[in-house]
Amino acid sequence: MRNVWTIASRELRSYFASPIAYILLAMFSIIFGYFFFSAVAIFVDFSSRGQMGMQMPPMNVDQFIIQPTLGNFSIILLFLSPMITMRLFAEEKRSGTIELLLTSPVRDFDIIFGKWLAAVLLFACMLAISMLNLAVIFLLSTPDWRALLVGYLGLLLMGGTFLAIGAFISTLTKNQIVAGALTFGAFLLLWVLDWVNAYSTSTIGKVCQYIAIAPHFEQFSKGVVELKDTVYYLSAIGLGLFLSKRSLESLRWRA
Amino acid sequence: MIKVERLTKRYGPTLAVKDITFEVEKGEIVGFLGPNGAGKTTTMRILTGFLPPTSGTASVAGHDVLEEPLEVKKHIGYLPEAPPVYPEMSVEGYLDFVGRLKGIPSGEVNERLDGVVEGCALRDVRKKLIGQLSKGYRQRVGLAQALIHDPDVLIFDEPTAGLDPKQIAEVRQLIHDLSGEHTIILSTHILSEVQSIASRIIIINDGKLEASDTPENLMARMRGHESLLIEIDGPPEDVEERLLAVEGVNGVSRKNGHGGRTSWSVETSKDAVIRSELARVVVESGWGLYEIHPIGMSLEDIFLKLTASEDAAEAAVQDEPAAEAGADSPDETVEPTVSEAAALPEEAPPEEKEESSKQEGAAAS
Repeated sequence: MRNVWTIASRELRSYFASPIAYILLAMFSIIFGYFFFSAVAIFVDFSSRGQMGMQMPPMNVDQFIIQPTLGNFSIILLFLSPMITMRLFAEEKRSGTIELLLTSPVRDFDIIFGKWLAAVLLFACMLAISMLNLAVIFLLSTPDWRALLVGYLGLLLMGGTFLAIGAFISTLTKNQIVAGALTFGAFLLLWVLDWVNAYSTSTIGKVCQYIAIAPHFEQFSKGVVELKDTVYYLSAIGLGLFLSKRSLESLRWRA
Repeated sequence: MIKVERLTKRYGPTLAVKDITFEVEKGEIVGFLGPNGAGKTTTMRILTGFLPPTSGTASVAGHDVLEEPLEVKKHIGYLPEAPPVYPEMSVEGYLDFVGRLKGIPSGEVNERLDGVVEGCALRDVRKKLIGQLSKGYRQRVGLAQALIHDPDVLIFDEPTAGLDPKQIAEVRQLIHDLSGEHTIILSTHILSEVQSIASRIIIINDGKLEASDTPENLMARMRGHESLLIEIDGPPEDVEERLLAVEGVNGVSRKNGHGGRTSWSVETSKDAVIRSELARVVVESGWGLYEIHPIGMSLEDIFLKLTASEDAAEAAVQDEPAAEAGADSPDETVEPTVSEAAALPEEAPPEEKEESSKQEGAAAS
């Protein structure tokens, strides 16, 4: 565990020593701020129409602001997480520092888990920024904080999944751009998988829907912890880290 | 301390290391010598556990590299050819990270860090970012990284590659200071580099172990195979005849000529005595002597000499100048790297040698 933290903390420091972390966090705040603003704007618009005596469905901030805003999170992840993970291993392979890691008395899994943890922690910084936006609602209303907490748990799991897959792809190449492009391609595929078969009832359609990453977040955004979705995310993270480990091992045999 | 038995490494169809066996005792400094691509780095990487061998075994401090990689890694400090540093980290931050990575208990990391910062003369740059350091300093950070956990075995892959002469001397001194407590393996393609510090030299060529001996013994085996480059203003036919007549000259071959002068490569068996003798002959004949200096033997020559039988080696040496006869300038054969790689008994660095030979030439003309 000590080794994991050694590696994770170096990686985190390295994110914040370079512009990467700041650019990502700034981009995230702008995009998330826009999503949050538009959700609030719609809510305000609807509620003013209700006051004018128009027939409106019953409204609350949980359903109309928090749920759509968290739901949009996966779009942001789709674009930003490749930028978090693309350098994880590709950069070490290019500069030769991977030789230091692989000749140190640490297990391969410690290296992979440490790096993934650092990526998750950077993502957690994004989540913290998003909380600043949502805190405004707590000043003006009384949303269900337990549902929101579940929503954030879901985001961590979904983010972890994206980052584990990204980490694996980063082990495959020395070139950050290649890693970034491949990761983005893979995420996009996992993203559109359920569009194509959205209304299909065939087995293939159901399988595709299950594999797609984003739909599993739906229940979390409503504040429901579904075992099926939790298992999906945890096993996807496990698979990503396992493949990374295998890939790192194969580096020795192929090198 | 280190035991390598019948080690073979194959990359797909290419054999990088073929059936190498050697042993290194505790406290020895062993130099791996060989041209680029000879298999030095591969052998070192197998010892550090970075690469697994295709067949054969290697063990460090009694632990097999395949079966107990973590134990082996604890006992090894490794400096790869390019120092494995993170440019965005400070020297201090980096060494702290490596210290923890190598398993130094948290309480002792600072103490060890101070130790290697002093030992590697890094105090002035302690707080600087590694990316801003010169190559020499970066190399020293690499050395500090290998030393921080005070390992029994140190493995340095071309520790002086790409440094300037002053930095090379510093790194060499550092390595020299480390001897005694540590078992050291270092690789290089420059003979003079290991000659001064190594207690034993292992020559690897084309993946095979060609020789393993003390520097003194290797020098002795190579002595008697010196060649001289001599540039003379005189009739070529006479020159060849007179030079051959000098005692101790085994062969003379013409390299090229310009403006009435001709350059000759002279094969000799005894170097020191013969140079003045040759100069005397030239002056007595009334010719102009422009240049006379020893030609360094390339590593290939040394390998040939070491591995081929006496006759075959001599034939190979005499063939070589003929093959190079097309070269434009005689200077091409005496570029610094070649003379540095030379098995010359003199300690003089190549620059000085060239300078002195030019002075000689000027004096003679």
